[in-house]
Amino acid sequence: MRISTFFYTLWQGFKNIFRNKLFSLASIATIGACLFLFGIFYAILANFENIVKTAEEGVCIVVFFDEDITDKRIDEIGEMISKRAEVSALNFVSADEAWETFKEDYLGEYSEGFTENPLAGSSNYEIYLNDVSMQASLVTYIESIPGVREVKRSELTALTLSSANKLIGYVSVGIIGILLAVSVFLISNTVTIGISVRSEEISIMKYVGATDFFVRAPFVIEGMLIGLIGAAIPLAVIYFVYNRALTFVTEQFSVLSSLLNFLSVDKVFSVLLPVSLAVGVGIGFFGSFITVRKHLHV
Amino acid sequence: MTPQMRNKRKYMEDDEVIVLDHVSKAYGTNQPALCDVSLRIKKGEFVFIVGDSGSGKSTLIKLLLRELVPTEGNVYVLDYNLKKIRHGRIPKFRRNIGVVFQDFRLLKDRSVYENVAFAQRIIQMPGKEIRKNVPKILSTVGLAGKYRVKPNRLSGGEQQRVAIARALVNKPCILLADEPTGNLDPKNSMEIMKLLEEINENGTTVIMVTHNKDIVNAMQKRVITLKKGVVIGDQERGVYIDED
Repeated sequence: MRISTFFYTLWQGFKNIFRNKLFSLASIATIGACLFLFGIFYAILANFENIVKTAEEGVCIVVFFDEDITDKRIDEIGEMISKRAEVSALNFVSADEAWETFKEDYLGEYSEGFTENPLAGSSNYEIYLNDVSMQASLVTYIESIPGVREVKRSELTALTLSSANKLIGYVSVGIIGILLAVSVFLISNTVTIGISVRSEEISIMKYVGATDFFVRAPFVIEGMLIGLIGAAIPLAVIYFVYNRALTFVTEQFSVLSSLLNFLSVDKVFSVLLPVSLAVGVGIGFFGSFITVRKHLHV
Repeated sequence: MTPQMRNKRKYMEDDEVIVLDHVSKAYGTNQPALCDVSLRIKKGEFVFIVGDSGSGKSTLIKLLLRELVPTEGNVYVLDYNLKKIRHGRIPKFRRNIGVVFQDFRLLKDRSVYENVAFAQRIIQMPGKEIRKNVPKILSTVGLAGKYRVKPNRLSGGEQQRVAIARALVNKPCILLADEPTGNLDPKNSMEIMKLLEEINENGTTVIMVTHNKDIVNAMQKRVITLKKGVVIGDQERGVYIDED
């Protein structure tokens, strides 16, 4: 292809947007509305997921050892546990540290009467998990290690968080899936109507001897540009709204924001931006590509 | 020698540009639109195709443009057997054929210049050549001063001239004109006919479908008459056969 033909095709794609202002506006509005809804739901669900994940990260398993265990064996057990895929972090808490923490948390000045450490046999590992749903399998493994006396865990918390995480996962997939399906349907319908109106133009091009590529390329470029603009507008709106909402919640409801860990706008956009742009441009591409094909057999 | 060329040599004489070999075209189970039509058209001829509505004229034009494929028989145009041509080669074939329609079929949102230049762009003519060729052909059809105007600001006659300029700018061997004067008044019609005659005199084969009895009788060219899909007359220097 000549360079001049390439630029001509590109330029025609740009010009088509202005030639068919109403169609372009309708398409941009449809794509924009769909992706706006998609973005809002994604931001909400991503935050829910993050809150649950943060809560999960706080759940830990505590491993106690036999009373006559050596330091070497404790190190070996630590090494064995830290190699497991379920483990995200492992902290060793010595008996003295455990006693200090206990005193600070519960006894305060009343601890002065104790001359010896009553928690002498309570050195332990605090184990944090990658995924709380894997708690049971890890506990079974740790319990089977010689030298381990007891494994303490919070089964109810793990189960609740695990269920909440699953539920959010299903709801996210469901809502986002439905929104995407509706978007694809609405957008491809708008593109179809826009291009059908111009079927005569396509047939003229074909009569004059234009190849399918030459006819299709400006429409596809037009579709992709409309998809890009249609995605960029809601992204800009969501960026602004999300930032304002985050500031508002942090300032007005400081108790809430200290309990719940909201995602920063950059975190949300690290996924939302590429996905929305890909959906917008992708729908513009495939919508126009497929619709033009219907009119090419002249 | 390519298979296409062998086919052409077998069925066409060297001076022939169009051959219809026992061509029939049926739509569904209805009576065929064309029935066992055989025609031979030579290079440089001016041929009128006449007949009532439903006689098969439009079907014939569509077959020559490879918009339709014959149900039976073969259509040969230039080096191409249009029954066997691959979809990807159709655009290249059509670039040898200029086509003009009754309703002009111009791109309404583009200027006169752009409408004509479009035909050059699709054959990837360099921009320099386009800038040279388009004004020249617009001057030939008498529209040199209106190159910036959009088609809807032109009269019917002028729009048809733009369509003719677009059809001719790539120097086609054949010009197909489907009722080119159908939407024009007698004065504009005669001017268009004069233009088509000039084009023919310069060596382009012109095939024109028309209802216009006066034009056919005045031009004294070859006339092929169709009735219900069958050729009922083929006269050199013919006249319009009035079926009533």
